[in-house]
Amino acid sequence: MSSGGVTWTVYDADKLTQREIYGLVLCELGERYPKIVGLSADLAQSTKIGTFGEKYPERFFNFGIAEQNMFGVGAGLAKSGLIPFISTFSAFASMRACEFLRTDICYQNLNCKIIATHGGTSFGSAGTTHHATEDLSIVRAFANLTVIVPADALETAKAVRACMDINGPVYIRIGRGFEPRVYESEDYDFEIGKAVEMHPGTDVTVIATGATVLHAVQAARILKQDDGLSVRVLNMHTIKPIDREAILKAIEDTRRIVTFEDHNIIGGLGTAVADVIAESGKGCAFQKAGLPDEFTIIGYPEDILHYNKVDTDGVIEKVREVMGRDFEAEEDWEDEV
Amino acid sequence: MAITDQEITELKKVARKVREDIIDVTGWSGGTHIGGSLSMVEILTILYWKYLRVQPNNPQWEDRDRFVLSKGHGGVGHAVVLALKGYFPPEQLRDFNKTGSAFGMHLDCHKVPGVDCSTGSMGHGLPMAVGLGLGARLQKKDWRTYCVMGDGECDEGSIWEAAMAAAHYKLNNLLGFVDRNGLMIDGFTETVMSLEPFVDKWTAFGWKALPIDGHDFRALAQAIDFALEYKEGPVVIVAKTVKGKGVEFMENKAAWHYGGLSAELVEKAKRGLGDQL
Repeated sequence: MSSGGVTWTVYDADKLTQREIYGLVLCELGERYPKIVGLSADLAQSTKIGTFGEKYPERFFNFGIAEQNMFGVGAGLAKSGLIPFISTFSAFASMRACEFLRTDICYQNLNCKIIATHGGTSFGSAGTTHHATEDLSIVRAFANLTVIVPADALETAKAVRACMDINGPVYIRIGRGFEPRVYESEDYDFEIGKAVEMHPGTDVTVIATGATVLHAVQAARILKQDDGLSVRVLNMHTIKPIDREAILKAIEDTRRIVTFEDHNIIGGLGTAVADVIAESGKGCAFQKAGLPDEFTIIGYPEDILHYNKVDTDGVIEKVREVMGRDFEAEEDWEDEV
Repeated sequence: MAITDQEITELKKVARKVREDIIDVTGWSGGTHIGGSLSMVEILTILYWKYLRVQPNNPQWEDRDRFVLSKGHGGVGHAVVLALKGYFPPEQLRDFNKTGSAFGMHLDCHKVPGVDCSTGSMGHGLPMAVGLGLGARLQKKDWRTYCVMGDGECDEGSIWEAAMAAAHYKLNNLLGFVDRNGLMIDGFTETVMSLEPFVDKWTAFGWKALPIDGHDFRALAQAIDFALEYKEGPVVIVAKTVKGKGVEFMENKAAWHYGGLSAELVEKAKRGLGDQL
């Protein structure tokens, strides 16, 4: 854990963060798709959609600090035949503009792409007003909406490109930046709705999303070395539709599942996975890990993850806990369903 | 597009028929937002029978003018107008409010031909209309967007967010109407939450605001003609109307925001339409 010496502002970026990658990919897509327009609510710099705005000023609209209107206008632009990329902080996309996203965009099934930055507790010291710890729970319940949480900058690029293949609304939740790389290279298959196996394993499956994927992978390596445990790590980058197949396979193969997310323990990844497990009728030791059902603390992002035990240390602790847990070890499941 | 006396006579006939049908549907369906539907009859009638560039047999025609009913609870009024225009057979309105029907209190653009935007929650239509206007301009399309708001709806902050944006972007292809009937569910707008000085508010937000009598076809035509020529930015027609207009026992009564009608009241309401229009 590192806490000291990290100084950042909303504006600086000395390496390619998820947001910067988003800005660059959007420019690239903008060239290919003349119908793409960019929308910002006074966060063009912070969400990096400004990069698109500089390249295509006539296709970029700023609405000032008025997120409700921005989402409503986005719906209208989509109805006129354009493809709006609407960018703001996750907290505002999911809550301030909530009903405009739900009723104008999702109910009408419009081709709007929501890029929700500063997801989870990634805004750190900005505090609870700027943390988005309920957004997945909220938007997961919106029919027609696809919900994606990329693990790092490389995956963000893939997600932003892939969302163009969906003729409907997509919510992509990314971090604030400075999220370290998880993937070694871009050379892997990204398919919306398909989990990516980041680490092979047979004793227990850790299902993570977004910023917690890196920690899960690191923990899996440590657990192999220190405990001799074989930990499967799944990057569940698509929260909706959830990859049922990968979860069912994890139940069959490992019989122990732990989920990790930078989100309230209620309603996010863990709940989505729990639904699949419960409906499967199979016995499985299961633990959800995420932010407790209380408002977040202020601090550096990595410290907040550590405090809530969803960083590498937290994953190790939770996995050991679940390994010690009893569950019905009956091999023959036929009579259980 | 100056309006002739002959046109006004024709529009009055249409408006009378629209009111009759609203009353009928209210009788069949068990209840509708009849008060606010009756108050905007002249606005919708003049738009659909004189100004809107639409093709009822081709509802998704790309170059059509867009119409957004921001006061989505006026759905029954809009549905009756669309039926009379030939978007779908009027008999379909027999199912209004029924389980599985295409028609509910707030119209769904996926279910009702001719509805450009699904509305119902207040303060959503104008933002969408701004998006339509910006989209048309960016794609160099000459279709216009018309948006009818309720006055009570203007309590919503999103109306004013959108109003700022429309003025900022000088959207001269967007024409707004406010059905200023002065009533909302809980009573008079000025009692529940004051809107006045209402016209000044629109002016201060950068719109050209035209206060007129919203039941007077000549005044409506003059205002719309002005708006169509006005290039400086968005125009809003603040149409002073009477909630429940045309049905004496409903007029200016908050209780008739939503209501049902017995067969007897349907007859009474229709008889009352008489020649007062």
